[in-house]
Amino acid sequence: MTEPVLSVRGLGKSFGALKATDGVSLDLRPGEIHALIGPNGAGKSTLIGQIAGGIRPDRGEIRFAGRDVTGLGTAARARLGLGRTFQISALAMEHSVLQNVVLGALGARGRAMRFWRPVMGDAILVKAAEDALERVGLSDHAAMRTAELSHGQRRQLEVAVALALKPGAFLMDEPMAGLGAEGSLRMTAFLDGLRAEAPILLVEHDMDAVFALADRISVLVYGRIIATGTAEEIRASREVREAYLGEEDA
Amino acid sequence: MRERHINAILLGGLLLTALAAWGLDQPFTITLATKVAILALAGVGLNITLGLGGMISLGHAAFFGIGGYAMGILASHAQSYTPLMEAPFLIEGTKSMPVIWLVAVAASALAALVIGALSLRTTGAYFIMVTLAFGQMLYYFAISWPAYGGEDGLSIYVRNGFPGLNTLDPIQFFGLCFVLLCLVLLFVARFSRAPFGLALTAARQVPARVEAVGLSPYRLQLAAFVLSGAITGLAGALFADLNRFVSPAMFSWQTSGEIMVFVILGGVARLCGPVAGAALFILLEHWLGALSEFWHIYLGALLLIVVLFARGGLIGQIAAKEAAHD
Repeated sequence: MTEPVLSVRGLGKSFGALKATDGVSLDLRPGEIHALIGPNGAGKSTLIGQIAGGIRPDRGEIRFAGRDVTGLGTAARARLGLGRTFQISALAMEHSVLQNVVLGALGARGRAMRFWRPVMGDAILVKAAEDALERVGLSDHAAMRTAELSHGQRRQLEVAVALALKPGAFLMDEPMAGLGAEGSLRMTAFLDGLRAEAPILLVEHDMDAVFALADRISVLVYGRIIATGTAEEIRASREVREAYLGEEDA
Repeated sequence: MRERHINAILLGGLLLTALAAWGLDQPFTITLATKVAILALAGVGLNITLGLGGMISLGHAAFFGIGGYAMGILASHAQSYTPLMEAPFLIEGTKSMPVIWLVAVAASALAALVIGALSLRTTGAYFIMVTLAFGQMLYYFAISWPAYGGEDGLSIYVRNGFPGLNTLDPIQFFGLCFVLLCLVLLFVARFSRAPFGLALTAARQVPARVEAVGLSPYRLQLAAFVLSGAITGLAGALFADLNRFVSPAMFSWQTSGEIMVFVILGGVARLCGPVAGAALFILLEHWLGALSEFWHIYLGALLLIVVLFARGGLIGQIAAKEAAHD
């Protein structure tokens, strides 16, 4: 079997007495969408923060692209090819839509310390950015100020910025958040095609999307992964129903 | 009106004022125009951190003063024919402007690197306080350093020289300052639109995103802080040469505040905002100062109006109004 692109082993993080992450291990294999689900307060954000690099784990190891990245910062992991989208859109609102994506392409190439030639005149960067915008369907809005985009369009732009990085893996924190039913369907279809390019670790509350997309699902409850398996296995697991899915029926 | 037209009018106006004053034999007016060019340059430096980078530095007097003292120390040794140091190697003073500028830029850039590296670990009010503290440290150091005049400052009897020019002629010295201002503005205009400018302005708005695309907001902001300090340091050297005098007052927090006032009056993050702000400041100082010793009251009122009702400053107001027409 091929080696996982991203692998987390025995990760632990406590805030005082609270074990936000408690011995978490998970893999992201080439070509898969691995969904991470769990009730509010299960520690999803803390886990994502540790994988992305903003939060330093107390113990455990994170390997990405064949190397130990546990000690690396967010920027270094991004340069290795970890493309991230945020739960709450993190976009430069004063910049144009295209400029936001160009920033992604710029970071991927680590060429920010350039002081003379206009960045929007760099044909390679702009082409990469335009391609990414086209793929998420925002080409018509390239020149618009980002602040003028609708919420749904901002979600699409989030994905475009990550795409421009040409990442080796995606880390997506609730890409469907706040999208309407139709928007969710479109995003689902888009992510479905994206997995061939790079695997996706998907944190998502929208269960329809999760069950439609995920090759494997891990369920996080109180900082621990209580089950990992295919959609059928997770649906069938009594432990998961009790801890999480059943909650909605109660 | 497009911002670039406003910029052309501002710079052209400053040049024409100096030239007209020269034609009418009004050296005092040329000196005022020179002062505008130099203070604008200091503001252009601060505007990089304040406007583009979103870092509120209340310590830019540190760089202004370092530039000033670079000139004062080098020139005072040259005029007393004593070397700056003899061991391990001989360093002589100099009266050459290009050399002084280089030293001023290098010294203030180095200071900005150290001050920036430490203060950028904080944000918000703490950043303001840390930069202010560094400025005040240098202020008290200058006061208590007797070798270079201490509290009384240093007088330089003859203005430093520039190859091929007579710098004692007000219009020629104005020309030098004006050309430097334009060159620096060109550089700032270029890097604002270059990859560095895009990444720096993004780091002001969403540092988390900048990190997530693989760039370090800290490094971008530190680079901006160093550029900013170097430019304000150059302005300090010119200011000292204009007055042929340096004193600890250049390091005082009031100086930092005044440089910030130029930026805010003219328009934060606007390329030529500091030019408009410094010109307005000097005009007010000249006119209102003649009316009352307490002209700062009017300046304060104006500043309040700008901050409350005209956030874009002078340039923001003109550019916005015109944009609404088309």
